[in-house]
Amino acid sequence: MKVIILGCGRVGSTLASMMDSEGHQVSVIDASSDSFRRLDSTFNGETILGNGVDEDVLIKAGIREADAFAAVTNGDNRNIMASQLAREIFGVKKVVCRIYDPMRQSTYHELGLETICPTIVGAQMISDALKKASK
Amino acid sequence: MYIIIGGGGDVGYYLTRSLLDQGHETLLLEKSPLRFQTLSDSLGQAVVRGDACEARTMEEVGASRADVVIAVTGEDEDNLVICQMAKRRFKVGRTIARLNNPKNELLFQKLGIDVTVSPTKAILSLIEVELPGYTFVPLMTLRRAGLEIVEMHVLTDSPIVGKPLSAINLPRSSNVALIIRDKDFIFPTADTRILAEDEVYAVVNREGEDSLRKALGATR
Repeated sequence: MKVIILGCGRVGSTLASMMDSEGHQVSVIDASSDSFRRLDSTFNGETILGNGVDEDVLIKAGIREADAFAAVTNGDNRNIMASQLAREIFGVKKVVCRIYDPMRQSTYHELGLETICPTIVGAQMISDALKKASK
Repeated sequence: MYIIIGGGGDVGYYLTRSLLDQGHETLLLEKSPLRFQTLSDSLGQAVVRGDACEARTMEEVGASRADVVIAVTGEDEDNLVICQMAKRRFKVGRTIARLNNPKNELLFQKLGIDVTVSPTKAILSLIEVELPGYTFVPLMTLRRAGLEIVEMHVLTDSPIVGKPLSAINLPRSSNVALIIRDKDFIFPTADTRILAEDEVYAVVNREGEDSLRKALGATR
């Protein structure tokens, strides 16, 4: 699968390394070259320096041939805009968007965007863990 | 009318002031505490500290009863989310977004933002009109009808000089609405002849734009 990952932070870099080692064709975009240092030394994919809501940068990363796109920058709005660009303009089949704000996540989920909300997921997991410990 | 504006930069500030002067109920949202301080000194209750893309904030300021939401922050992605949230979650009738990167226009339109204003594009059009040898400048988009208003400058060597409109192969959904010749204006008919140095104003749908360009002999 050819996958483009927007954002090379902790999640982005981990995701990129993971998918690369599974044999997928990975391109990572980030606005800061420092971020690419987080990638595994064995990372075989390509890195693109640039702004992920800029069409030209996305095209350079190969979005026209991409099977999947994941937006995991630290900005909800940037993730939302980039995901919609990927879906509406470039027709990427699989688009996943990280949104931290639960209310924004629910609005965009209703709009048909596949979203992951670490806030809710994290809170749920911790709540479960807390309840288990009190046995 | 109740108008909510997101983004307390200069544009947001002057927009709020103008709308208030016109007697509209206007509320400006600015998220930076420092900037908010400056704004509230001048706007008082008309400015609230908060992020216009946060649903909670918009609920607090009564977004569901707003007639218009205008997003004029410095970031296209913020403006996009403000308008989408306003439209989808709060069912606001009209959303207007400032677009810094003119390339994003198609995306914003596809996502249902009612009006996009691109200062870049607007200034470019004005500059193009001033350039010597300009021939074809799109002036304005009428989004709902899918039409463009374009301005065309007829050069002396243009193939249509001297021809009546009826003899020019104009695309079907287009209309040459106005010709400005020196200081006179003409509402043309089929018999009106085009002269060199005419400024021709036409309305055309997006698909017909290229054919219109070719028909009027505009090379750029």
